[in-house]
Amino acid sequence: MPSRSASNIRLADQCFSVLIMACAAFVTITLIWVLGDIVIKGASHITWSFITSEPSDAGRSGGIGTILVSTLLILCVALGAAIPIGLGVAVWLSEFTVQHSRFSNTVGTTLDVLAGIPSIVYGLFGNAFFSLYLGLGFSILSGGLTLACMILPIFIRTCESGLSAVNNDWRKGAQALGMSRSAAIWHVLLPAAAPAIIAGLILGIGRATAETAALIFTSGYVDRMPGSLLDSGRALAVHIYDLSMNVTGGDNAAYASAFVLITLIILLNTTAQSLIDRWFSQRIYAS
Amino acid sequence: MLFSITSAHSMALLFRRLKVATCSLAAILLIGWQPFAFAEKSRLTITGSSTVAPLTLEIAKLYEKTHAGTRIDVQTGGSSRGINDARNGLADIGMVSRALKPTEKDLNGFTIALDGIGMIVHNSNPVTALTDAQIKDIYLGKITNWQSVGGPDLAITVVNKAEGRSTLELFLKHFGVRNSQIKPSVVIGDNQQGIKTVSGVKGAIGYVSIGTAEYEEKRGTPIKRLTMQGHEASAANVANGQYPLSRTLNLVTKGAPSKQAQHFITFAQSDAVKHLIEKQFFVAP
Amino acid sequence: MAKASTRSNRTDTYLSRILGAMGLLCALLLVLVVFFLLKEAWPVVQSGGWLRFFHAQGWYPLEQLFGMLPMIWASIAMALGAILLALPIGVASALFLLFYAPPSVAKIYRLLLNLLAGIPSVVFGLWGLTELVPIIATWHAPGTSLLAAILVLTLMIIPTVALTSVAALSAVPKELHAGAQALGLTRKTRIMSVIIPAAKAGIISGALLATARALGETMAVLMVAGNVVQTPSSLFDPVRALTANIALEMAYAMSDHRASLFAAGLLLTLIVWGLALIASRIVKSNGKVLAYAK
Repeated sequence: MPSRSASNIRLADQCFSVLIMACAAFVTITLIWVLGDIVIKGASHITWSFITSEPSDAGRSGGIGTILVSTLLILCVALGAAIPIGLGVAVWLSEFTVQHSRFSNTVGTTLDVLAGIPSIVYGLFGNAFFSLYLGLGFSILSGGLTLACMILPIFIRTCESGLSAVNNDWRKGAQALGMSRSAAIWHVLLPAAAPAIIAGLILGIGRATAETAALIFTSGYVDRMPGSLLDSGRALAVHIYDLSMNVTGGDNAAYASAFVLITLIILLNTTAQSLIDRWFSQRIYAS
Repeated sequence: MLFSITSAHSMALLFRRLKVATCSLAAILLIGWQPFAFAEKSRLTITGSSTVAPLTLEIAKLYEKTHAGTRIDVQTGGSSRGINDARNGLADIGMVSRALKPTEKDLNGFTIALDGIGMIVHNSNPVTALTDAQIKDIYLGKITNWQSVGGPDLAITVVNKAEGRSTLELFLKHFGVRNSQIKPSVVIGDNQQGIKTVSGVKGAIGYVSIGTAEYEEKRGTPIKRLTMQGHEASAANVANGQYPLSRTLNLVTKGAPSKQAQHFITFAQSDAVKHLIEKQFFVAP
Repeated sequence: MAKASTRSNRTDTYLSRILGAMGLLCALLLVLVVFFLLKEAWPVVQSGGWLRFFHAQGWYPLEQLFGMLPMIWASIAMALGAILLALPIGVASALFLLFYAPPSVAKIYRLLLNLLAGIPSVVFGLWGLTELVPIIATWHAPGTSLLAAILVLTLMIIPTVALTSVAALSAVPKELHAGAQALGLTRKTRIMSVIIPAAKAGIISGALLATARALGETMAVLMVAGNVVQTPSSLFDPVRALTANIALEMAYAMSDHRASLFAAGLLLTLIVWGLALIASRIVKSNGKVLAYAK
């Protein structure tokens, strides 16, 4: 009798292991399916001229050159706005506020709430505020600023955690050398937290590059070479959406664009991951 | 300790690079800003109907070629957006694929082409014509299989348009139904999305701009236009006024158009663009 | 020396003020977002009150009907379906990563999860539209359906569930593992009766964050769900999510119609906040902080 129940228990244990393995296998297989699909259907269409030339015939032929330029410009605007403000707020939260003071707590909670807002709602806000209220219209500028609002919270949080992880000895050391706080921040703390800042930056870039919903009503659809930041420009993700939904026979170009987008994002993510890893290992040596 | 020094050194280096990157970013932004001061004067923004947009885009390309230094941005968004953007100044010119309503007296309309709305099915579907009553019953969910209208035993996939599109409004008006009565299986946005959906589902039926449908059919998309009230859904029948469900394609401006907008509109109504209108399977007015 | 220090003190004060102003700006951003959503939604709220969004029979802006309930149900059905599938798979993935996989495999698997998390939603939509929908269409045309949306969303939130679960599970004290092992429990019993209960709060709050993400997802859902406004009654029904509705109609909407879309955005934000709030409560009451699991 006891041996039987023991074998039952062992059987249950094995079944459980199989179940877990099956789940892991399922996730792996689907990922291979999704990525494989895009690589197989997309990679064959990638040529140098696809990457550099202008889309023609609603994107069925031609390439994504102008779209890459618009994507990069939108990204530059987003980062140009998010980096200074983000760094400033992160420094302020970690160096200038008493932890858990009321104001810093409020700012912290606000950031958490902002991080949770769905991107389509940022799109609505961007349309109402940047495009209409500030009169920027459908432009790379409105799209980029909308994205800046979207990536700001996560960027600030990553920078802040990077700064607060800097060993207190560095601050004391700087103080002992007679450095002002501002000088200590610029010359010691920010460099020490640089990997975290860069990792946060890359996370933000990754999210901004992948974004579609927030851009449809802010930076618009125009797929031509933007002449200025006040021109509308179509981001790569918006291009994929348009090709797959609105263009008959646009699937090949959509897959090729998706391949480019995914390659970009994977590159960014692996860089971020390796920076984070390197940073953590250095922490251990340094302390 | 040694490690900490080297790591601090490499971090400082990394950070210096970050500063350089930030500076170059700022430089790029500045350069990006530069042209806008010059570009501002000669730019027209045109938004609205996804039916009119492809035609306007072609006209705009020709216009840009003959008028150096102008830039015309065409954005798709439906007739309501054309009206809306023209009203609140987001666009210089709006595109509307229907006649202006009495409530839209504040806008000036300029007809650039004529078009009709045609029923389309997958081209493997043997059905070639449907009566208005049959179409109505299909959209109301009373007929759900192609067998009932002389087709194969295949469930009907009803493709309807999302709200805000004038194609939807004209369709509803023609068949005398309300949108809340329609039982759709798929709701689509733009004309092109309707054609893509119908071309991908064998039992689908949808309604789109005749011009767009004819254009897509010619390039090999597997769709077929149905005859309506005995009239083939073609540009020719729209032109001779026989097709029952036709409409005007308009450019609209708030009040009198600006000098530059007027210039473009005159161009769009001139004979110089006739071949473009025909190429899109629309009818010159 | 004294002079120098006062000067540097002054720079510090300025810097502190500038940075504080930036912090204030960030806090104001939220106010600004809410204010502009409210401002744009105001005309329709004022003319018919909030309740009209729940009372009206369906969503037919042409007939001045702005009932959002069918879309709210659709959004909830999608998010619920997705989390029901993603929770077991995600937690199992986390268990695999921590307790079953050899270190080298675990490293690769973690990389896979990160990869999955990084795939843009529009790419999931593209894949769903061209691969998943045709498969579903062989059972039930046209294939764009609640089921397609649930499956795509599941894939999108599995990494969130898995990575938050990994964080929660690895925070379980070593003593508990050791104690359970000393009792001679099998691996399954150790995991199911000791470790998972200990990490429950973290796992649940991760699941709530994932649900919030599923509710807020737009593009993938827009591309595969069919977008018919109706209360879902079967898995094969085409449905329209609140988010998809905004993306589909925003560009075309005017006056009251546009205002109701902004109201939908506000509603969406409130639902997502609510979930995030509950998640943070659960985590706080259990004394473990999970930052930004998204």
